Amino acid sequence: MYFLKRLMALPPLLLLISLLAFLLVRIAPGGPFDKERKPASPEIERRLLERYHLNEPLWKQYMLYLKGLSRGDFGPSLKQRNHSVNDIIGQALPVSAALGISAFLFALGVGIPLGFYTAVWKGRWFELAGNSMALLFVCVPALVVGPLLVIVFAVQWKLFPVALWGDPLQFILPTVTLGIYFSGKVARLMSEGMVKTMHAPYLVTARAKGLSETRILWKHGFRIAVLPVVSYSGPLLADLLTGSFVVESLFQIPGMGVFVINSALNRDYLLIVGLVLIYAFLLLVLNLLVDVAYTWLDPRVRYKS
Amino acid sequence: MSTPTLSPSQRAWQQFYRNPISITSFWVLVVLIFVVVLHPWISHQSPTALTDAIAQPPSSSHWFGTDLMGRDLLSRLMYGARISMLVGIVGAGVSLLIGVGWGAVAGYAGGRWDEVMMRIVDILYSLPSVIFVIVLITTLEGLFKNWLQQTFSNETAGMARLLFLFAGLGAVSWLTMARIVRGEVLSLSTSNFVDASRAMGASHFHILRTHILPNVAGVVIVYLTLTIPSVILYESFLSYLGLGIQPPQASLGSLMAEGAAQINPIRIYWWMVVFPGMLLVVMLLALNFIGDGLRDALDPHGRHR
Amino acid sequence: MRPLNSPLGKKPRGLFYFLSLFLISGILAGCSRKIDRADLIIINGKEVESLDPAIITGQPDTRIALTLFEGLTRFNEVHAQAEPGLAERWDISSDRRIYTFHLRTNGVWSTGEPIVAEDVLYSWLRVLNPMTAADYAGNLYYIKNAEEYNTGKLTNAADVAVHALDRYTVQVELVNPTPFFLELCAFQTHAVMPRWTIEKYGDRWIHARPLPSSGAYQLIDWRLEDRVSIRKNPNYWDAANVQMNRVDLMPANSPATALNLYLTKQVDIVWDKDVIPAELVDLLKKRRDFHVFDYLGSYFVRCNVTRKPFDDVRVRKAFALVIDKKRITERVTRGGERPVSFLVPPGIGNYKSPEGLGFSPEEARRLLSEAGYPGGKGFPRVSYHFNTSRSHEMIGIELQEMWRRELGVEVELRSMEWKTYLRAQSELDFDLSRSSWVGDYNDPNTFLDMFMSANPNNRTGWKNPQFDEWMRKANATDEPVQRAKYLSEAETLIVRTDLPILPLYIYVGFNLFDPDEITGLHNNIRDEHPIRTIKKRKREGVR
Repeated sequence: MYFLKRLMALPPLLLLISLLAFLLVRIAPGGPFDKERKPASPEIERRLLERYHLNEPLWKQYMLYLKGLSRGDFGPSLKQRNHSVNDIIGQALPVSAALGISAFLFALGVGIPLGFYTAVWKGRWFELAGNSMALLFVCVPALVVGPLLVIVFAVQWKLFPVALWGDPLQFILPTVTLGIYFSGKVARLMSEGMVKTMHAPYLVTARAKGLSETRILWKHGFRIAVLPVVSYSGPLLADLLTGSFVVESLFQIPGMGVFVINSALNRDYLLIVGLVLIYAFLLLVLNLLVDVAYTWLDPRVRYKS
Repeated sequence: MSTPTLSPSQRAWQQFYRNPISITSFWVLVVLIFVVVLHPWISHQSPTALTDAIAQPPSSSHWFGTDLMGRDLLSRLMYGARISMLVGIVGAGVSLLIGVGWGAVAGYAGGRWDEVMMRIVDILYSLPSVIFVIVLITTLEGLFKNWLQQTFSNETAGMARLLFLFAGLGAVSWLTMARIVRGEVLSLSTSNFVDASRAMGASHFHILRTHILPNVAGVVIVYLTLTIPSVILYESFLSYLGLGIQPPQASLGSLMAEGAAQINPIRIYWWMVVFPGMLLVVMLLALNFIGDGLRDALDPHGRHR
Repeated sequence: MRPLNSPLGKKPRGLFYFLSLFLISGILAGCSRKIDRADLIIINGKEVESLDPAIITGQPDTRIALTLFEGLTRFNEVHAQAEPGLAERWDISSDRRIYTFHLRTNGVWSTGEPIVAEDVLYSWLRVLNPMTAADYAGNLYYIKNAEEYNTGKLTNAADVAVHALDRYTVQVELVNPTPFFLELCAFQTHAVMPRWTIEKYGDRWIHARPLPSSGAYQLIDWRLEDRVSIRKNPNYWDAANVQMNRVDLMPANSPATALNLYLTKQVDIVWDKDVIPAELVDLLKKRRDFHVFDYLGSYFVRCNVTRKPFDDVRVRKAFALVIDKKRITERVTRGGERPVSFLVPPGIGNYKSPEGLGFSPEEARRLLSEAGYPGGKGFPRVSYHFNTSRSHEMIGIELQEMWRRELGVEVELRSMEWKTYLRAQSELDFDLSRSSWVGDYNDPNTFLDMFMSANPNNRTGWKNPQFDEWMRKANATDEPVQRAKYLSEAETLIVRTDLPILPLYIYVGFNLFDPDEITGLHNNIRDEHPIRTIKKRKREGVR
């Protein structure tokens, strides 16, 4: 019932977000057609605005946008003028999503075990090493990791291609570059969750039953300990699915991340709103899934509707 | 509340002092802060003086080498670390005050409140942060233009602009924290001891303060130590887009980005990326271990490890 | 990850498999379009915005569009001068204002239809049509009544002085004798576009397949931020001389990545300054496959002459006199750029720029104190704007240091995000603003006319009737020597007398290709290299 309600709230929320994004981008200084080289006559600029209805009052423009949206049309791009926003999302989203999921699995695949064992294997030095490693992942940005990986594995050892997209081998380096930062975050959250649950009363009960320690931890501890990671996964996956500017630039991958940033810099109004809507949809749905996962992982959680 | 025996907070401090890693980290951080803050008085090198020694590796005259304009990297680093520390403190502060408060109230109140508050977080999270920062910075600059011109000299105007950047960073840094705290609180607020307190007629504020917040302290501290590097690196991304610090200012993130641009197969100025990276890592490791120590010390279940 | 035990184990594992499946399908989707390597792969700069000749403004776009759509003339591959394109010859009237073009009777579209005079008219008028709102319509203003039609003063397209005399003859009447008109005819704004496709598909005509093309290549595929694939047009009039069959043009967002791709032989050519890593130019210059050449671009600083203190010409002169331009080209740009005291790049046919102000700190200090700021005392707060980029920043820092050291003036540096920077510049909300200009055609006019009083690209607030007069005179004459003299007088006003701008240096162009492997690629001042003549020699053992 609760979740059904949440689902029903989705369309009005998206509408609100689209309106906010629509207005926000108009406040930023400069417009989509501001260029270093102005056209020979101001008349041309005026016609250009007219062509894209940018001369109309804002509410009218928004109504026009909604009208298009109701037909599934996100409108034209003002920068890539031969392409509609639908074209761009259609081309870029599958690419970003593939890379994003791959990086997400990498982040969880590395982060969860790292965090788990950092917490479980007792001993200060191990904890120190595990935490330091996780923090190292968090501190060194993709901007540094990417080029280093490329030089070592692609240029020197020629194991992987240096850039571009399409070949399974071309997945590896971008996945690591993108995922490693998040794996550090996941590891820290996981180990914290684990440390906390290890001392919880219900585990004491389980120990009294004589179950083996690892079994207890995986079976009873893990589901509670993983909660912070789960909380974090919603926004994380939404972020990863919609691409990363840095990684896509470094590896020349035709994903959404480059468009997310460039559309904002170019004041490509409708493209920004379109991308925000896609992102918001993913985020809201994933957060909903996170909340579902909560009730299932931790029976104590009950939502009042 | 003065009692002859140790108060909880005194006990916590004692606990903290007994943890060798934490206390070492604490002193490392103190020394770092001292060096960074006092550096202009200790060193004769200026962070902005241009010399002919362009891109020199570390030597006795320039311990950390020089950058592409012949400036002493050590001085730039100290200068940058100051700005990055400020950025980190602002990010962490906002996360702590707004993020934790927001998340705790949402999770504890539940129901409609939770719904509304978390949707606000989702909405803010969905809006493109680049546009958000552009709008925020330009609006603030527009509003405070006269004030800036009258109050500040040329040298300090850049510092004043930094305040706007802080506002922008603060505005986007608390959202994930709120989600994580809310998730934790949600599972705590149905637990036995909370129910018991409620039955005994304790006020909501009292329950939040004594039962809920101490239990989320661990995850808050961990996420805080993760927020700091994110904010520091996000600042460098904004600077890269032209929204951040103004030259000749530097920050750890922007120095690292500058160094990262020098990583390529034909030439690597390793010192330009290694030293900023190392400083960031050391700072964060220290912070993190202090955080761990605090968490153990504050832990209401009194677990000792 | 270790499998989890039940009851927890099942579901996460299911989720894991589900995600893996999703991932694998993603990979397969990515691979399904795996195609053979094109015969020639070129990194062409930033992602193109458009391939519609009426819309495009950037050089990467132009390079591709011109291979798809040719004009009456085309660029010669060596010097990028105009040579016969779709027109095989032309007659010019004695006052040099009426051009009569004779189209090739064997010219056909890639889809087989003949290319006729009506197509030329349609294409030019489409660019001029106010509804098209073409950025570059100004390039056609040299035609009589074109400006009036484009700005709505004349509503009938038939008034524009371009006519079809018969099926294969086009006659144009110009406002002034325009020495660079033939070159303009090779430019994208004058390219010949397929009328029936545009009328059928409207704004999305570029997506029509097959897309009729009038140039050496036809468009096969365009995936954003990935590549534009083109294939030889067998019906092109000069198809016999088109070298490579399939060519891919790729964008690059990071110069370092472009270099890595080149070094690992994934691409054959990297052209466009934007994708050459600026910080490595000093090293790259030593390589045999790195080519440096003069380029039709000028780097300078705009002064806002409507605002104190730069409303005073003495202050502007003082600022110019202490700039050590050589230091900037040697320490920052390092590509062999030419430090200059004038605006128009050398190398433009029969024109020589006047010398501007040199380096003279004493003179500068004298001027500054005359202006009321002895030793920089009492100088107001000013800032220097630049759009965020490492090299602009480094130049700003050098300038700041020069002005501080020699004049005692503190200039605040403002690194700005692109659109904010542009807006501030066009609204004259700046003191000093970093600028550059790249010429559209090989004539001083392309650099000088922007400083005419009413030109939207002036952006300094500087208006000088004398300057406008010289420019008018220069463009009205059909006598080349006289014309050069007038233009030189006009430039003198900018770089010696009034200084609305502070000139810094003339750009050089860079590109990367192995001369043993690639032939038919010539460097020229326009950085324009027709793809049709480029040939890649087959070598064994190279992927």
